[in-house]
Amino acid sequence: MNYGIVSQEQLEQIDVMLTEKLIKLGVDCVMIIDMAGNIITARDNGESKYDVYSFAALAAGNFATVDAMAKLVGEQEFSLLFHKGQDSNIHFSKIDDELLLISMFGKDISLGFLRLNVVDAIEKIRKIWNKKQ
Amino acid sequence: MSFINLKDKVVQVKIVYYGPGRGGKTTNLEYINRTYRKQILSEMVSLKTHGDRTLFFDFLPFDMGQIKGYHIKIQLYTVPGQVKYNATRKLVLRGVDGIVFVADAMEKQREKNIRSLNQLHENLQSYNESIFKIPLVMQYNKVDLKEHGIPILPIEVLQKDLNSRLQVPYFEASALTGYNVAATLKKIISSTVVSIQKKLL
Ligand SMILES: Nc1nc2c(ncn2[C@@H]2O[C@H](COP(=O)(O)OP(=O)(O)OP(=O)(O)O)[C@@H](O)[C@H]2O)c(=O)[nH]1
Ligand SMILES: [Mg+2]
Repeated sequence: MNYGIVSQEQLEQIDVMLTEKLIKLGVDCVMIIDMAGNIITARDNGESKYDVYSFAALAAGNFATVDAMAKLVGEQEFSLLFHKGQDSNIHFSKIDDELLLISMFGKDISLGFLRLNVVDAIEKIRKIWNKKQ
Repeated sequence: MSFINLKDKVVQVKIVYYGPGRGGKTTNLEYINRTYRKQILSEMVSLKTHGDRTLFFDFLPFDMGQIKGYHIKIQLYTVPGQVKYNATRKLVLRGVDGIVFVADAMEKQREKNIRSLNQLHENLQSYNESIFKIPLVMQYNKVDLKEHGIPILPIEVLQKDLNSRLQVPYFEASALTGYNVAATLKKIISSTVVSIQKKLL
């Protein structure tokens, strides 16, 4: 998939969907980044003030490191990447070989509930992306 | 590969400072970070060892303002130069748009520069990129040491060792004093932006 340029329409659809599916559930911030550390899009609940660019660079590095470790021990990948904190948590999910979906969420949401919705969101992102390409 | 957001009209460009260990890559970014406060909207991120060697990368986002209606965001990275860190070095190169090769001009580092450049060539190949095609600028760093009586490789030798086939723009520089740090940065940004524009047309 050519992710280098996404049409304005596609991005808008993805943004609306991310807001509907994840932000409205109580996810603080959700972003799609590529493996090079670029931000494709970022949505938040208007309260969180993360430095999204630094975050994306670190997240891509983090994911790439874990991925390389998986290969070293003979795994295809470690599918779940999850960091748990006192007040906030970070969840990584692979969309495809080039893209990651990252969700930051607080105590009010369970990991299981989040994962269900992330899987659903990723399905929808793939559909939007594959349209007219 | 740069990412272009047509909706918000933002272009993200990834530029990596590459070169042998202790060559001055991190020092370049530190100088830029100090000198261009207005264009840097967040803190420099450095993943390093206790001895101040880069462990994974340094990251510095640099805001270029607008070009032809597009907001250009330059993401500056360094790689860890130590030989043993090639696995992480490769990870940082993923999706790179432009490279500054920071060579250490000290005479005793001659071999290390050549080895590092050869490895860059291999690492790019593993991403199906070519060192002959990607925007690249050579920086011969630490020329200030000449004044302190430390033997420095003549520019002709550096050019012959590192740039005879590549034929890319080059600068003598001192990341410590800032000499030609900005010139190097400007050159790689303009080469990279031009190359991205070409790909788009
Ligand atoms: N004299 C002089 N010293 C320099 C210059 N640039 C860097 N140094 C010094 O060289 C040492 C290594 O510099 P770094 O910027 O950490 O080198 P690096 O390339 O990031 O090294 P790694 O992270 O291990 O790959 C430091 O002590 C710097 O102060 C320069 O232009 N002149
Ligand atoms: Mg360094």
